[in-house]
Amino acid sequence: MDAFLEPFRYGFMLQAFAVGGLVAAVGAVLSCFLVLRGWSLMGDAISHAVLPGIMLAYIAGIPLAIGAFASGLLCAVATGWIKSNSRIKEDTVMGVVFSGMFAVGLVLFSRTPSEMHLDHILFGNILGITPERMIETGSIAFVVLAVVIVLRRDLLLVCFDPSHAKAIGMAVKPLTYMLLVLLSLTIVASVQAVGVVLVVAALITPGATALLLTKRFDKMIAVAVATSVGSAWAGVYVSFLTNGSTAACIVLAQTFIFVLAFLFAPASGLLRRRARA
Amino acid sequence: MENSPLTLEAKDVTVTYPNGNTALRDASFSLEGGTICALVGVNGSGKSTLFKALMGFVTPVRGSVALNGRPIREAQKQGWVAYVPQAEDVDWSFPVSVHDVVMMGRYGYMNFLRIARASDRTAVRNALERVGLWELRDRQIGELSGGQKKRVFVARAIAQGGRVILLDEPFTGVDATTEEDLIALLHELRLAGSLILVSTHNLGSVPEFCDHVVLVNRTVLAFGPTDEVFTPENLVRAFGGVLRQFDLASSTVHDHDGKSVTVLTDDERPLVLGKRGHIEYRDRTGREKLISDREKEDV
Amino acid sequence: MNWLVPFHYEYMVTAMWTSALVGCVCGVLSGFVTLKGWSLMGDALSHAVVPGVTIAYLVGFPFSVGAFVSGLLAAGAMAFVKIKTPVREDAVIGIVFTAFFALGLLLISLFKSRVDLKTIILGNILGIAAGDVVQLVIVSLVCLVVIALKWRDLMLFCFDSSQARALGIRVGWLHVLLLLLLSATAVAALQAVGAILVVAMLVTPGATAYLLTDRFGVMLIIGGVFGAVTAFAGAYASYFIDGATGGCIVTLQSILFVGALIFAPKHGLIATRRARG
Repeated sequence: MDAFLEPFRYGFMLQAFAVGGLVAAVGAVLSCFLVLRGWSLMGDAISHAVLPGIMLAYIAGIPLAIGAFASGLLCAVATGWIKSNSRIKEDTVMGVVFSGMFAVGLVLFSRTPSEMHLDHILFGNILGITPERMIETGSIAFVVLAVVIVLRRDLLLVCFDPSHAKAIGMAVKPLTYMLLVLLSLTIVASVQAVGVVLVVAALITPGATALLLTKRFDKMIAVAVATSVGSAWAGVYVSFLTNGSTAACIVLAQTFIFVLAFLFAPASGLLRRRARA
Repeated sequence: MENSPLTLEAKDVTVTYPNGNTALRDASFSLEGGTICALVGVNGSGKSTLFKALMGFVTPVRGSVALNGRPIREAQKQGWVAYVPQAEDVDWSFPVSVHDVVMMGRYGYMNFLRIARASDRTAVRNALERVGLWELRDRQIGELSGGQKKRVFVARAIAQGGRVILLDEPFTGVDATTEEDLIALLHELRLAGSLILVSTHNLGSVPEFCDHVVLVNRTVLAFGPTDEVFTPENLVRAFGGVLRQFDLASSTVHDHDGKSVTVLTDDERPLVLGKRGHIEYRDRTGREKLISDREKEDV
Repeated sequence: MNWLVPFHYEYMVTAMWTSALVGCVCGVLSGFVTLKGWSLMGDALSHAVVPGVTIAYLVGFPFSVGAFVSGLLAAGAMAFVKIKTPVREDAVIGIVFTAFFALGLLLISLFKSRVDLKTIILGNILGIAAGDVVQLVIVSLVCLVVIALKWRDLMLFCFDSSQARALGIRVGWLHVLLLLLLSATAVAALQAVGAILVVAMLVTPGATAYLLTDRFGVMLIIGGVFGAVTAFAGAYASYFIDGATGGCIVTLQSILFVGALIFAPKHGLIATRRARG
């Protein structure tokens, strides 16, 4: 019994539970919008595109979060601009832009002698988070959460039916950019704590899981947050016991819940449908 | 072979999608070559499902579609079934030339590597000349006008040697001149013995160029010559409340030519029916006998 | 500095030629990927092969076999979940590939001493083993031959799959064939540039070629030459830039893409601006 409670005795583990849960909650809220908007690749793209910003900020000696944010936003804006000014499709443009930016970041990384570990940027270091990083991640996460909760109906309409939103006089473009800014902020806040890989999954899987379980948007956000935070805690816990990568364990826990929803969801679950047929 | 008679027969076609939705139930009709037939129905009426079944894209859970008595898949292998996609389903910036697209109609005749032979090039040239696009063969398809874009795909169907040609909503977003050019082209193909099926929800243009109609609403409500099928009763059954019906008997039309007409429209080209429910044609050439017969009835 | 130094080392010569071959295959295939709108698929498969590669290394199997199996499993899982749920395709792809990638990371973190994370994530063409070179060459040549034989069918599949069906061509097979090619090239590119940058190899050459020509066959050739030349030059440059081969190759590709985006004779920004007046 003691062995199962052991993780809770360490300060760094409690910190990991807190940060993991927070990042998971913010990611889950945004994932609901991204899944409905068809922007799953956007989270993937921005989270890779922050690398050159982090490197340049490091070289210039300014806070890494600022560089990361600028670079993530540049990726989103450049994608939109190239798409509307050339014949290339959106998904292709996104692939070109983010992989190009990541490559530049890698070249900068290998040219810059630094104390940074690429592993930590890519896969996070949730068990070794410093207090300053905690505060940074925490405050960004709260700001994003607050804005999204306040604007959720507007953002939902913009994601769901942009032309209708435009027709009723909503500021579609600013709201779309707002979503991108929130997305970039979330990614900046989470990348340094949990790494690129986990961020990508945290921005897709919870929203999709919730979509299988409910058809109401407010409920969907609640379900996404609950499953995401739950799997973050489970992942941190399991990774302590198995000594495996924390980020990987969290992602796999999220996937596990998705598979459960896929099989057993009340309305659209695979087994339910089979039983009915 | 080319001129052998052609019959297309759908028998009790029932299509159920994997999600359990039965889009079409017991749809039956039969058509012969040398026909332009309209497939008419509202969105969600199963019209596009019937279209897909005719092309062999969906397999009916019950019933069958046969071309000259043989299953549609065999006809596909012969290249008999040609298809002209809706304009909005085509990626117009795809890097292919007019010639490339028409050559795609010949794939069925080519070997494993799809290398064109002289006969394929001749067929493509003939098809392009027939639709008047040979001069533009090296254009990228996005650089064509709306009417030319349509004709490229008709040329593909011709090059393919398609005996049944299916056109999916060919007149959406097309101007009147283009529509008339296309109709003229379809008439030529009909005279050559092809069976042309046009899916449309534009009622008004149907009597102008289609000699047969299949009315669809979850099943085939009626099929046969346009004059017999296009009655107000049938149309109301097919379209339900979607159509707005004006009775102009006591309006200016009546004063103008002394006859009453009924206009049925779904906001595109209107369908005009005479007092006894006959179709009023815009283009009367070739229909003189029909019209004079009616005038006798009217007296 | 002597510019010819890289050519004096056998490992550099091997790396440059192998990269060029892999770059060429990816470049040719990228024509299909960009026009079919499968950029996310390329990204996803390159991440999804990671657990297969890891397991193959652990049990001493040829890595390409492991990667291939794992890529196909992922593609199968995506297809299955997509058919059975209302979740959009892009989200489904995102869920599946992050799950596979996380599984790979977990395995790597559990067997740290036996698999090098950096090799898989960032590629290591400069230190590639002779046996792996043989695998790469075989995989690449097979893909090139298959594309050379079936490119017209695949073009029709990308352009108008309904027409292919109307002709009685087995569209399902073409779909699977393209997925097989994509998995195989993702495996090859993994060695050259690493899992994260494979997407660039599978998208950027095609996007660049698309800006330069209106003919599909020409586009494939431009893509292939572009991929081969940039990969060769990138590998060469990485001799001077401390081993970040993938970063160098993809940075080079991105620079050339931007060049094409601006200066392409017909579809470049300058040309379209001028045409618009």
